[in-house]
Amino acid sequence: MSVRTVIPARSAWSAVVPEGASLTITDLHGNQAVDFLVYDAHDTSVRYSAPDTIQAQGGIFLTTGSVLLSDEHTPLMTVTADAVGRHDTVGGACSKESNTLRYGHHTYAQHACVDNFLAEGAKHGLGKRDLVSNINWYMNVPVEKDGTLGIVDGLSAPGLALTLRAERDVLVLVSNCPQINNPCNGFEPTAVEMTIGDAG
Amino acid sequence: MATATTYGARAHARAQEGARVEAMPVVPAADWPAPPCEAGHLVWAETVAGGNYTHRVLARGTELRLTDLRGDACAHLLLYVDGRPWERLNVADTVKVQWNAYLGEGVLLLSDQGRVLASVIADTSRRHDALCGTSTLVRNTARYGDGTPQSPSPAGRELFKLAAAKNGLTARDLPPSLSFFQGVEIRDDGSLDFTGSAGPGASVTLRAEQDLTVLIANVPHPADPRPDYVSTPLEVLAWRADPTRPGDPLWDATPEGRRAFLNTAEFLTARGLA
Repeated sequence: MSVRTVIPARSAWSAVVPEGASLTITDLHGNQAVDFLVYDAHDTSVRYSAPDTIQAQGGIFLTTGSVLLSDEHTPLMTVTADAVGRHDTVGGACSKESNTLRYGHHTYAQHACVDNFLAEGAKHGLGKRDLVSNINWYMNVPVEKDGTLGIVDGLSAPGLALTLRAERDVLVLVSNCPQINNPCNGFEPTAVEMTIGDAG
Repeated sequence: MATATTYGARAHARAQEGARVEAMPVVPAADWPAPPCEAGHLVWAETVAGGNYTHRVLARGTELRLTDLRGDACAHLLLYVDGRPWERLNVADTVKVQWNAYLGEGVLLLSDQGRVLASVIADTSRRHDALCGTSTLVRNTARYGDGTPQSPSPAGRELFKLAAAKNGLTARDLPPSLSFFQGVEIRDDGSLDFTGSAGPGASVTLRAEQDLTVLIANVPHPADPRPDYVSTPLEVLAWRADPTRPGDPLWDATPEGRRAFLNTAEFLTARGLA
């Protein structure tokens, strides 16, 4: 038994994934960044921590075997399969405000991930202070020797997927990234598919 | 001294005034023995013990110098706009907007609202970290046997919770933090290389570009591989100075930074603060 949902381009989505169940994210058209936050479903003050995840696995890229840790250093989800091989957890979400710094004030009217997170999170009682550095599935953010870091062309392709296992009951918040000013979406946001599967 | 009576207990307590230890605030700050500025300009002078924390509100334009006295300090830092804590340090925006994962002189510490909270105006350490955050109760208990604040090995997050509470904030208000004086470098494959510190005496100076609530925890870096909890005193000095203004080389150093300063100036001007 599984539940499939297609998230249209630029949209937000959320769901509770029960402990032991799987969540598969499919990049339907390729090169689409999926901004992702995860919380303990019963205590949303316990939430995804990019720094704890990075320090525990000793590296910045996420792939099969990566355990997504909370800011209390407890496991929330584990990546059990990944057809892409590298995902980002350093770059965070786009916002109308950060867009003015990255590209210019002409981008201020564009929709952005933080707005998606705020609108979708509000359905679960989450507010701005609950937003922290997030995961960007399918986004490619290398770091050069001198520290230069940037979003570059993605490694994904149409139909590639990754699967997560919930290590406890978790609330997942997704912004299907609306960014059109950098290569994270190939400059054209597209739909992605979320599938929640049974425990097993 | 007899402390069996109220009078004796009072006399005993009062006799302690004037005691000096290494890790303590000096109040007034102007009494600090060797000020790095005009003595009357010092607003904060403190030595923070290893495994301890501090917090303060600083006015826009204040310069804040942190010094690793013995080479094993690690200053974990969080910043909020004072009175508007929903505008706070955003580590992801800080590295992404400035196209660099490392901290050092010239780096702006950005809020989640497209504005500057503080700028790094001097740095003799170059061993800092924006990726690994701070330590937790779970991790310190596993590594050192305990991570509670009263233990010999307090976790940074537990100390941040206390510092936050004293400013009306809770754990929900604690985003990823920065750490100064203990560095991490990133290899080509994305793995981390812990570089440790630059040694005793290194300092970093920040300039407040808005009125700030500053939280500092001085605890070992979470990637420090040593089996023992090693944390030595951190010196904190702050003094009145001027915020970054148009014409300052930092204002125009990058197009992203210039727009961050412009956003900040616009916001402060509208509020009647600049």
